[in-house]
Amino acid sequence: MSIEAKEEFRPKIVAFCCNWCSYAGADLAGSSRLSYPADVKIIRVPCSCRVNPMFILRAFEKGADGVIMCGCHPGDCHYTTGNYYARRRMTLLFSMLDFIGVENGRTRVEWVSAAEGVKFSQTMNEFVEKIYSLGKNVRLEDLRCRN
Amino acid sequence: MYKIEKENLEALFRKIAESQDLILPIKKAGQTNFGLWNEGEEADLDTLKTVKSGKDAFFPQSETLYTCVRDGKKLTVEPEELRSSPFVVFGMKACDVKGMEVLDKVFLADPIDTFYAARRDHGTIVAMACHEPEESCFCKVFGTDAADPAADVAVWMVEGTLYWKAISEKGQALTEAVKDLLTDADASDEAKVSAEKEAIHNIVEQLPYTHLSLEGWDGNATDEKFNSPVWETLYKPCLACGTCTFVCPTCQCYDIKDYDTGHGVKRYRCWDSCMYSDFTMMAHGNNRTSQMQRFRQRFMHKLVYFPANNNGMYSCVGCGRCVEKCPSSLNIVKVIKAFEKHGGEK
Amino acid sequence: MQELITRAKELLADGTVVRVLGWKAGDLSYNPEAAYFETAESLDEFVYNGFCGQNLSKMMIEASKLEGKTLVCLKPCDTYSFNQLIKEHRVDREKAYIIGVGCKGKLNVEKLREMGIKGIKSISGAELTDACEELHISTIYGDKTVAYKEAMLERCHVCKGKEHMIYDEIIGESKDTKDADRFAEVEKIEKMSPEERFAFFQKELSKCIRCNACRNACPACSCRKCVFDSTKFDSAQKANVDSFEEKMFHIIRAFHVAGRCTDCGECSRVCPQGIPLHLFNRKFIKDIDTFYGEYQAGADDQSKGPLTSFTFDDVEPGVVAERG
Repeated sequence: MSIEAKEEFRPKIVAFCCNWCSYAGADLAGSSRLSYPADVKIIRVPCSCRVNPMFILRAFEKGADGVIMCGCHPGDCHYTTGNYYARRRMTLLFSMLDFIGVENGRTRVEWVSAAEGVKFSQTMNEFVEKIYSLGKNVRLEDLRCRN
Repeated sequence: MYKIEKENLEALFRKIAESQDLILPIKKAGQTNFGLWNEGEEADLDTLKTVKSGKDAFFPQSETLYTCVRDGKKLTVEPEELRSSPFVVFGMKACDVKGMEVLDKVFLADPIDTFYAARRDHGTIVAMACHEPEESCFCKVFGTDAADPAADVAVWMVEGTLYWKAISEKGQALTEAVKDLLTDADASDEAKVSAEKEAIHNIVEQLPYTHLSLEGWDGNATDEKFNSPVWETLYKPCLACGTCTFVCPTCQCYDIKDYDTGHGVKRYRCWDSCMYSDFTMMAHGNNRTSQMQRFRQRFMHKLVYFPANNNGMYSCVGCGRCVEKCPSSLNIVKVIKAFEKHGGEK
Repeated sequence: MQELITRAKELLADGTVVRVLGWKAGDLSYNPEAAYFETAESLDEFVYNGFCGQNLSKMMIEASKLEGKTLVCLKPCDTYSFNQLIKEHRVDREKAYIIGVGCKGKLNVEKLREMGIKGIKSISGAELTDACEELHISTIYGDKTVAYKEAMLERCHVCKGKEHMIYDEIIGESKDTKDADRFAEVEKIEKMSPEERFAFFQKELSKCIRCNACRNACPACSCRKCVFDSTKFDSAQKANVDSFEEKMFHIIRAFHVAGRCTDCGECSRVCPQGIPLHLFNRKFIKDIDTFYGEYQAGADDQSKGPLTSFTFDDVEPGVVAERG
């Protein structure tokens, strides 16, 4: 993809981050002055398990081009088991989105601890790059939200 | 009267679609519904009943009324434009056309619904006689003639030829516009159409619901029917889905809501169903709290309240779509019959 | 059927049950409706034939709230739903007297219409008294004979078997009507390209009229207040505005019943637009089977569902992308 095209398309990316690990990880990335694109909008949730499949579809509806969910590493959940449930749910949801023909790179789950500022920034950079290559989300947007 | 061979219909559609939108039954993923015809689309004139009636051509299931857009501190309100270009609805049946009459009573009475009125003004209906009525049909009960639809243009399909008769001014204008493709029908053709009509009438007489009695159902029956204990058992299998209301050619209730687009609001209206728990929901709650009440509302409206306010006109046209589509096999015929059976009981 | 009526009358008479939940003869040959019977006389209208497809388990949620025991007629596949509802504490086992009724495959009148059969006057061969091989249909436009199999509901072609999972007694014979692979359709779609899959679902779902029949008929959809009925929810259930709403509704509907769906096929049976809604549910079931081990919801009334349990080494969601 050429540089010009990149400048035209600014993806909107929603990142659901759990309060205890990933949000702190994002904080660390910030305070360590690690950069990640401003296209990523973080929504803080108490636990990755709080993320309802509806949140993800809703984000796409309102014009998100990619949605990423970050939580504590399996085994490290602040609420002990929340992320294990989230993992099963997201696996099924992503598989369903793939099934109905939505490009499967638009959704991602990554486990990021509070100490992993570097991983957070790397993950976001990678994800934004991926969404750039996929282009605008047209298969799951609500046309009423255009313009 | 004019005629056109079935194989030339595509050319006719193309001709109409050149100058205006053409809406006709289109088969998509196994089901036939009215839709905008474009080149290559599969027009399906053989299916007797489209799943939804053609009412959405005039009263769409969902339509935006106006849009508010917020841009920084600036707020603009853009009203939706009214229909200003002509369109043709091809292939409605006599019952669907009668359904439009019912809708007219509602939307063209004061205060006039401008969105609907604009579509009515610009729409020309070409209605088709029912070649082979089905067991779920009972249009005769409501005084509709399946063989002679009262639209702008009436058409009959007999043995691969479509006979075309303009009825209204709008129908004549459409006929003029497509005249190149039509040929004059002679006396033998007239006879064929008459024979077709008679054949249709004969079939209608044999249909199981044709002799359904509406005795006792009129605008004066409110107290008697409303308080009947029959409803208590009748509604039981009702799933509270909206199938019957959405496939019905006369159901006209709608809801108005706001949709948040993230940078403004789209105010839209969409069909509502009296079967839904949030139907007529108000700040204080809902005045119908049980499914029995909601179920009763639908049939009381069609057979009692509507005739009470419209000189005895029922808001059921006997298309039989609810008979075919209700997932629980409930329908207006069963309601009428149940009351007939329990007529004496109070 | 006579045996059923006789037994129901006995149970009503000796006070074991106070009502019977079954089917009442319709006014056409193919439209019986679910009904409660409280007296022996009313049972004269009772009917049980090939067109009694409705899964009565869902109606037991309401019946469980009534005084006294309800006799309910459940087909083998309905008993899965009933078990699942027991597990979720939505029905009361003590309030139900289950008669497992025999089933030889249920019929779909839409299938007959697809064959071009119209003006149906009467149908014979659906009484379940014989082997259910042929249907003789008399119509205004002539008589037709079709194979019973050809007119069966989709779900019966992937029948889960003739065993009732839960019952108090069984009346009537059942037949395993399975003649297709349950996941064949899902696999066929999986093999398509994303573009083709998208086009396929776009086409199917654009027919949706948002009538909610699929949700309301579903025995697993037992929430008192559905998220799509909430007036506080910013996007109305009723809006049939563009393609997104339908996709959202159907994905969420299927997701909410994932791991609990017994694959009873009611959603596809009731859809007025003939959308193959079971594909969504089966995709989830197939994924659950692949990722977390085979699981049949409703096979028992105790086990934990796949979405309410986990193991430490479950697959990561990234597996979907890796699978390509």
